[in-house]
Amino acid sequence: MAARVGVVTFPGSLDDRDASRALRLVGAEAVALWHKDRDLHGVDAVVLPGGFSYGDYLRCGAISRFSPVMGSVVEAAAAGLPVLGICNGFQILCESHLLPGALTRNDTLHFVCRDQRLRVESTGTAWTSDFTVGDEIVVPLKNGEGGYVADERTLDELEAQGRVVARYVGGNPNGSRRDIAGIANAAGNVVGLMPHPEHAVESLTGPSTDGLAFFTSILATLVGM
Amino acid sequence: MARVVVDVMLKPEILDPQGKAVHGALDRLGFAGVTGVRQGKRFEIEVDGPADDDLAARADQMAQTLLANLVIEDYAVRVEA
Repeated sequence: MAARVGVVTFPGSLDDRDASRALRLVGAEAVALWHKDRDLHGVDAVVLPGGFSYGDYLRCGAISRFSPVMGSVVEAAAAGLPVLGICNGFQILCESHLLPGALTRNDTLHFVCRDQRLRVESTGTAWTSDFTVGDEIVVPLKNGEGGYVADERTLDELEAQGRVVARYVGGNPNGSRRDIAGIANAAGNVVGLMPHPEHAVESLTGPSTDGLAFFTSILATLVGM
Repeated sequence: MARVVVDVMLKPEILDPQGKAVHGALDRLGFAGVTGVRQGKRFEIEVDGPADDDLAARADQMAQTLLANLVIEDYAVRVEA
């Protein structure tokens, strides 16, 4: 039976369709989840997609954090459910305290939209096991508030525990501390990523197909669970 | 009816690019002597009931739970009658 991966739609989500498509391309069943529905419908993993949920009002992800579906996601993630937050999804994971730190306005003040080179730094997560440490990949990056910040102690801890998942290469686009593009929780089931692997899954529309490995990784993880 | 005012500011060590842009604009407009600008948020919350310690405590909870992200922001609560 195909792995069932939920993709949450919040009011203002943009990339839920692309995330679902990426999941289908690797052979998973994409299950649409709704922000007002607490029920996760028995999915094996969850993707929180990019966009501008609740209009980015207050702070990016601050309102989404308290949506009914997130109550269930936070609970399930603590019990080991794999969760990938992309862009706005990463912001929601930080606001939910599933991941440490916060995402702040780009230091350039400009919205960044470009194909971004990344280096994969950790393959010990549910979403990166199909990579090799040191792999350089190119996926789209598009954000206005993607500057990752955390205090020095937290940053040191992330580095020491191998929880920096990906780093920007060839220039830091948004002022993220230590060029961090993505991080994981201590258990490795929750990953937040500012760039968009779901936009790099087909050569027709993406700069590469490098993003596919995030989605094949979760399938491999679920088979092994 | 009581009113609570909550001010939320980025912590001093967090870069505030918006404040820097405002600072630059003030300079360009010829306002001399500006040495720094930090931009924050102000919430004015109308509440039923008296302006008492209980309200102050509830407002503090609102700030901690939702209005401020304590990873990057500080807040100050003020209860007005």
